[in-house]
Amino acid sequence: MATQTLEIGDSQARALQAARAAADDAIPDMIGEKLIINMGPSHPATHGVLRVVLELDGEVITKATPDVGYLHRGDEKIAENMQYNQFIPYTDRLDYLAPLSNNVAYACAVEKLMGWTLPARGQAIRVLCCELGRISAHLLGLGAFAMDTGAMTVFLYTFTEREKIYNLIEQLTGARFTTSYTRVGGHTRDIPADFLARVSNFCDTFIPQLDEVDKLLTRNPIFINRTKDIGVISGERAIAYGLSGPNLRGSGVAHDVRKTQPYLGYEQYEFDIPVGSVGDCYDRYLVRMLEMRESVRILRQVVAKFPDGPINVENAKGVLPKKERVMKKMEELIHQFMIVTEGIKAPPGEVYFGAENPKGELGFYICSKGGGVPHRLKIRAPSFVNLSILSELLPGNMMSDVVAILGSLDFVMGECDR
Amino acid sequence: MLDFASNTFAEWAWLLVPLIKILVLLFAAVMPLVAYASLAERKVSAFMQDRVGPNRTGIPLTLLGFKKDLNIAGLFQPLADGLKFLLKEDFTPAHVRTFYYWLAPALAVAPALLSIAVVPFGSSLSIGGQEHKMVIADLNVGFLYVFAITSIAVYGIVLAGWAANSKYPFLGGVRSSAQMISYELSMGLALIPIVMLVGHLNLNEMVRYQAQHGWNVFPFTGIGISWKNGFAITGFELRNVLIWIPMLLSFVVFTIAVFAETNRAPFDLPESETELVGGYHTEYSSMKFALFFMGEYAAMITGCALIATIFLGGWGLPLPFIHDSTLTFKTFTGADGNFWGLFNIATFFGKVIVLIVFFMFVRWTVPRFRYDQLMKLGWVWMFELALANIVLTAVILALVR
Repeated sequence: MATQTLEIGDSQARALQAARAAADDAIPDMIGEKLIINMGPSHPATHGVLRVVLELDGEVITKATPDVGYLHRGDEKIAENMQYNQFIPYTDRLDYLAPLSNNVAYACAVEKLMGWTLPARGQAIRVLCCELGRISAHLLGLGAFAMDTGAMTVFLYTFTEREKIYNLIEQLTGARFTTSYTRVGGHTRDIPADFLARVSNFCDTFIPQLDEVDKLLTRNPIFINRTKDIGVISGERAIAYGLSGPNLRGSGVAHDVRKTQPYLGYEQYEFDIPVGSVGDCYDRYLVRMLEMRESVRILRQVVAKFPDGPINVENAKGVLPKKERVMKKMEELIHQFMIVTEGIKAPPGEVYFGAENPKGELGFYICSKGGGVPHRLKIRAPSFVNLSILSELLPGNMMSDVVAILGSLDFVMGECDR
Repeated sequence: MLDFASNTFAEWAWLLVPLIKILVLLFAAVMPLVAYASLAERKVSAFMQDRVGPNRTGIPLTLLGFKKDLNIAGLFQPLADGLKFLLKEDFTPAHVRTFYYWLAPALAVAPALLSIAVVPFGSSLSIGGQEHKMVIADLNVGFLYVFAITSIAVYGIVLAGWAANSKYPFLGGVRSSAQMISYELSMGLALIPIVMLVGHLNLNEMVRYQAQHGWNVFPFTGIGISWKNGFAITGFELRNVLIWIPMLLSFVVFTIAVFAETNRAPFDLPESETELVGGYHTEYSSMKFALFFMGEYAAMITGCALIATIFLGGWGLPLPFIHDSTLTFKTFTGADGNFWGLFNIATFFGKVIVLIVFFMFVRWTVPRFRYDQLMKLGWVWMFELALANIVLTAVILALVR
């Protein structure tokens, strides 16, 4: 039959093989031995390329060593050789489940460096982007979490909803996934004519679907057994490890950048911060469920009072002029040429801007020495920080809890490894 | 004297009839059911998840010069699947223990197919003037046979996990052995009340009992209304009502145990793909991999057949129009010729298919248990419940008999 034994030609290797076989036979018994198991980098529950080296005693984990970096692309170094606007496509690939939110966070950070303030309509568009991105990312996180615990169907339900969001995003940006929508000081384009109606339509159809997922999971005894009191992070530990986003709020700390340091006019919208009580996987799940409802609330408010006016900052030397004017006017042609070839001239200085992204606080720290490129750009990736607690969180739990905990932490390796 | 031609069938019937039964039941009923259960699984999951499911696979008649391919809603998908598995490279990794590695898939399939032998799939058909019971082996110890055989099924998975000589399959194998051994206990205990009630280990007798007294899970199907000699309710006994409680408990425990025995969700821990990346069959490929799935589906079909036989009246169907003198809800007992014999076979498979779909609905609805929770459920709840149920049944039978 098709069975093949590998013939090893040289005698040295054969001797080595024989010695190894002898050593295998020599192990008297396995009692008291720990099983080292390598979870990832290619494992269905590690959501990408996280590798966790687990030391198991039976099914109980005695030691966990997370190993990140398999998706490292050197985004921060790349940024140092790029004009500010050129880096925007790279932000798509950080948290690739909510590219729009990353675009917004980066653009806001550079605008903070430039000292620009977006007009009201531009801010409203960005809030739309952020909240759509948040719903989309939470939906995937939720679906993947449910799938990790064995409920495959929820994953498909949430994906159907994400598809609707992708359709909206396609309308808005022309791309479904790698949006690259924002520019420093504005956006590539205004919202399409019937976009607001479509968003509010989405809000109406989304809530019943979310209720259905709620019914499938929230009071399901198996799901509760799998998640309640598993992977408990106390508020103190969460703060000590610098957790942010739903993982921090699940531990009972009501910290949301949108409330504590409002940006993009978040202070004018009414929304609550859902907070967990225990800090277990179930709390983190509930926080995400509720956050999606809050996002819908915000979306409805944005749609209700969507301002008119310009969408970009009025700055001739910073924001690309309209194409038809470039074709006809000398001044605009010069500006276009300068912006494209030399980039936006940023003042020297250092800024940090943190935005409340789906995974947590996505921060951009920009150190500028003037000119069109940053001297140093540091990305505070929430997934990376959130994962740092793994080696403390996993030991003592069982093998099946690992997937529940990883699912509830809801990380994205693209962002973690940068 | 030795009129071979005319007597040959009658003389050899003792050998030929069981052979025909085996061939027809296994290769015309169970194996196709296995193949189409896999398609049904995909279609049911698609239905539940708002998808379409496989609908493209047809027979490529265009290759033979026809104008159009033959495609009926993807009904040829199992054929394509089987062909794909057969044509894939049958790879045996260098680090496995080859003998057990090859043995395991066979051990996963065989028990499920073996235990179908004692399950009566119909009442009887008369072939060549003789009545033949529609069961391959009409064993008097049918129950015990089933348990003996299903105990072997665990070896398939444990050996697969062990022989693969790899860590994830190993964990899957360990989980599986613990799980199947624990649930076998509650499975066996859940059936003791039935045996106490029926007084027979033969599965065919079980069905006949239910034909007379109503389905075990719903004892009121034996009740009828007669109006010929004045309006009267017949067949109503206090026993029926009282025995209903332990029977329902048995049914629940047994069904859950079948879920666990067949490694179906929410008890699919041994293979749980998001934890153990496939578990015991991680290192398998090609037809050996497919055999595990066939084993799982065959076990599911056998389990459903057992549930149908023991609790849902087997091949019997309560029909009001069978007895002409009174309009009763007496279950049809099946002595009225080949038409009703075939009808009984159809009834049986109908019940099995309904149960299979139920199994699939459960699989695509609920999450998976954790290993220790599964053990706790098995040992603390199911085991105790089954034990208490035996006592309850004994008390009821002692009081009412």
